[in-house]
Amino acid sequence: MKSLKALQHALADAGHQIDILEHEKDLPLFTGKMKQAGLLPLLPTQPEIFQVNVGKMCNQVCKHCHVDAGPDRKEIMTKTTMQLCLDVLANNPSFKTVDLTGGAPEMNPDFRWFVSEIKKLKRHIIVRCNLTIILANKKYHDLPDFFKQHEIEVVSSLPFYTQDRTDRQRGNGVFEDSIKALQMLNAVGYGMEGTGLLLNLVYNPAGAFLPPSQIALEKEYKDALLERYNIQFNQLYVITNMPISRYLDYLLVSGNYSSYMEKLIQAFNPVAAANVMCRNTISVGWDGYLYDCDFNQMLDLKIGCSGSDHLSNYSSSAISEREIILNQHCYGCTAGSGSSCGGAVA
Amino acid sequence: MADKFFAWYGEVFKDSALSAREKSLIALAVAHAVQCPYCIDAYSSDAYEKGWSESQMMEAVHVASAIKGGAALVHGVQMMNKVKSIAM
Repeated sequence: MKSLKALQHALADAGHQIDILEHEKDLPLFTGKMKQAGLLPLLPTQPEIFQVNVGKMCNQVCKHCHVDAGPDRKEIMTKTTMQLCLDVLANNPSFKTVDLTGGAPEMNPDFRWFVSEIKKLKRHIIVRCNLTIILANKKYHDLPDFFKQHEIEVVSSLPFYTQDRTDRQRGNGVFEDSIKALQMLNAVGYGMEGTGLLLNLVYNPAGAFLPPSQIALEKEYKDALLERYNIQFNQLYVITNMPISRYLDYLLVSGNYSSYMEKLIQAFNPVAAANVMCRNTISVGWDGYLYDCDFNQMLDLKIGCSGSDHLSNYSSSAISEREIILNQHCYGCTAGSGSSCGGAVA
Repeated sequence: MADKFFAWYGEVFKDSALSAREKSLIALAVAHAVQCPYCIDAYSSDAYEKGWSESQMMEAVHVASAIKGGAALVHGVQMMNKVKSIAM
């Protein structure tokens, strides 16, 4: 399976995706909903999370991927851009957490150097590990030890605790490899009580529907994974699929786009809207450009700071005074209990 | 009246001695037994969203069908008794 970009698919173009999102008839504007909720303009709070997308290359080609990541994607953050990230972090102590994502972030050739340098700045590091990368090549087999050595919090997608649903979304064989990788992480102490090594899993719906309750599903996951595979983990994050990129393609092809958008809109929750992750997060693209979140990044909606939208001209005052860029896909973060890279927000 | 019905309905499907997830699968089976098209659509989505697999959902439908089929079959006793009462 290839990325939309490699297929030269129309949806590989961010502008085309926005056209579709903005021109769906009879769907109320997200900005209108936010205005009703007293949240327009949406303003940032203290920036705490520095989320870096170190590249779009991935060993998997998941059907719901908002990045359109895959082995054929060549956009990779350079060491020079990583150094710019480190400079911004060094000058902005309010960023307590660095959240590394991709693609498969471990495939960036300078990933380990970057992690070591961030650690020197005494920041909490999250790596969004797709699990299968640990088994993909011998050179990645020691990742659990590397993560442990740097006290990294590992956040990993496991769309369900059964093979069928996981493989449908993430590809054949992904579930089996994910289980092996989780067992390897458990073996070095990840997810185990008393070790302090955090292993959190992510649930995404494998279809055109919204996620169920995070608390109830976490218990099911814990019971099932322990009983069937002797796997332990800390928390389950329930994340709503965003109607962009490959998931948007799936919605359109399957005829579910309008009904999915209606579900998101009907489930709009002002409490979740007030707690969206973009308020305390800065998202950095592989090329150093800045965004309000990883979804805006994939839609090429750069941060609303004219003259200060790149790491090279980072301005903390411009960042704190900006208005967050909103569009119709933002309904995905405000439905039901809300959705963020850390799961539900309400 | 409708408000009272929907309040009761909502309460019935909450997590309690049975989980909301288990109740969803029961509802799916009953929806087939009573052949309610709206209920079948609603609880097919609900059960799948709550994590039941297609094979588990199909087994639930088979359980509903077995009970319906069995119930129809045992009414054959009533038929035989009636025939016996009027036959020479």
